[in-house]
Amino acid sequence: MLARSCARATRSSGPIRSLLQKATSRASSTSASEPSKAGNVVGNILATSGATLVGVGAVAWYYNQYGPRALAMTPAEEGLHATAYPWEHEKLFKTFDHQALRRGFQVYQEVCAACHSLSRIPYRSLVGTIMTVDEAKTLAEENEYDSEPNDEGDIEKRPGKLADYLPDPYKNDEAARAANQGALPPDLSLIVKGRHGGCNYIFSLLTGYPEEPPPGAAVPEGLNFNPYFPGTGIAMARVLYDGLVEYEDGTPATSSQMAKDVVEFLNWAAEPEMDQRKRMGWEVMAIGSALMLLSVWVKRYKWVGIKTRKLVYNPPVGPRSRTPRGA
Amino acid sequence: MALSQTLYNTFFRSNATMLGLVFGTAFGGSLLFNGTSDRIWDSINQGRQWKDIKHKYVDAAEE
Ligand code: HEC
Repeated sequence: MLARSCARATRSSGPIRSLLQKATSRASSTSASEPSKAGNVVGNILATSGATLVGVGAVAWYYNQYGPRALAMTPAEEGLHATAYPWEHEKLFKTFDHQALRRGFQVYQEVCAACHSLSRIPYRSLVGTIMTVDEAKTLAEENEYDSEPNDEGDIEKRPGKLADYLPDPYKNDEAARAANQGALPPDLSLIVKGRHGGCNYIFSLLTGYPEEPPPGAAVPEGLNFNPYFPGTGIAMARVLYDGLVEYEDGTPATSSQMAKDVVEFLNWAAEPEMDQRKRMGWEVMAIGSALMLLSVWVKRYKWVGIKTRKLVYNPPVGPRSRTPRGA
Repeated sequence: MALSQTLYNTFFRSNATMLGLVFGTAFGGSLLFNGTSDRIWDSINQGRQWKDIKHKYVDAAEE
């Protein structure tokens, strides 16, 4: 049927028509066969080669059009892939290193807090993870917050309490943009979860500024070159230099040490429940495996009778059973 | 046979004893389990948790 309708469609073209008609007549033995001419052989060859060429050409054109150029972005726009570092706190059974969190918080306070907010972290969550109650209270009192309206409806300032959240460096996003050549420094509370590559990306970003942009790289006015940042031009300049902060625990403050500490701290800010989650996770795995073993045992116990039973067929004994087979 | 008889007579014969046994083991078992898992967890994470470094800052404040 298909061959016939094709033949009807291509009636105008001689060689293909006869080729198809031959195929049709071969397929249905009842239809009358047309006498084939010798000249048609050359035509057939030409037609098949032509069709093949068109087919191959179409595939090649399609591949050229959609195959190799399907990437939405250039590698520079994607940003350099961050190195995978063996973070201790990312291991299955490891908590955050709270000494590192303390150092990381110091770096955040002394460096990043000038531009980046950390608006989801209240002082109270620092207590018992990063500092003592007294330290957190003193820290909170260093900042002023709006109080409840008083009897005249005026809002006065009061010193911070443990329940207050860390203050933002700028009044609003517009002020933040204005101070940073139009680029908004993102809030860092969830940045580890919010960036592809997490800790690895932020560590690479902070430590990845080259001394000079490579020759040929286009760095727009007001931006800095960083191969890890998608697009390579980032509004944040390099901020971490050796010895920028002085750690109270005497750890040498190299720029990679500070980057590592602040990244671990930011990971804590994004996942403050991590320590507890991993601990409960492993308890659940322990109890779960015990229950698993128990249920395997119960299953075997219940099935043992069925699995070991034997079915025996005893043929009935009678006079006919003695007759030889096939008789 | 003798063992299962004794077990049955001491623990399962009366419903009250059996319930007592169930609640008792649940209580004791969870104490034991939590204690052990705490100890393993703390030894894996020795020196990393806040309680391991807390003394530096609490004592420092009191001095
Ligand atoms: C001088 C102000 C300034 C300081 C200090 C600063 N940043 Fe930034 N940061 C910015 C700006 C502005 C951007 C936005 C960059 C952009 O969009 O081009 C930014 C962006 C970022 C980003 C997001 C990058 C992305 O993928 O979008 C991270 C993460 C970051 N900063 C981390 C830090 C950390 C950690 C510190 C402290 C060690 C820090 N910054 C200190 C101004 C600053």
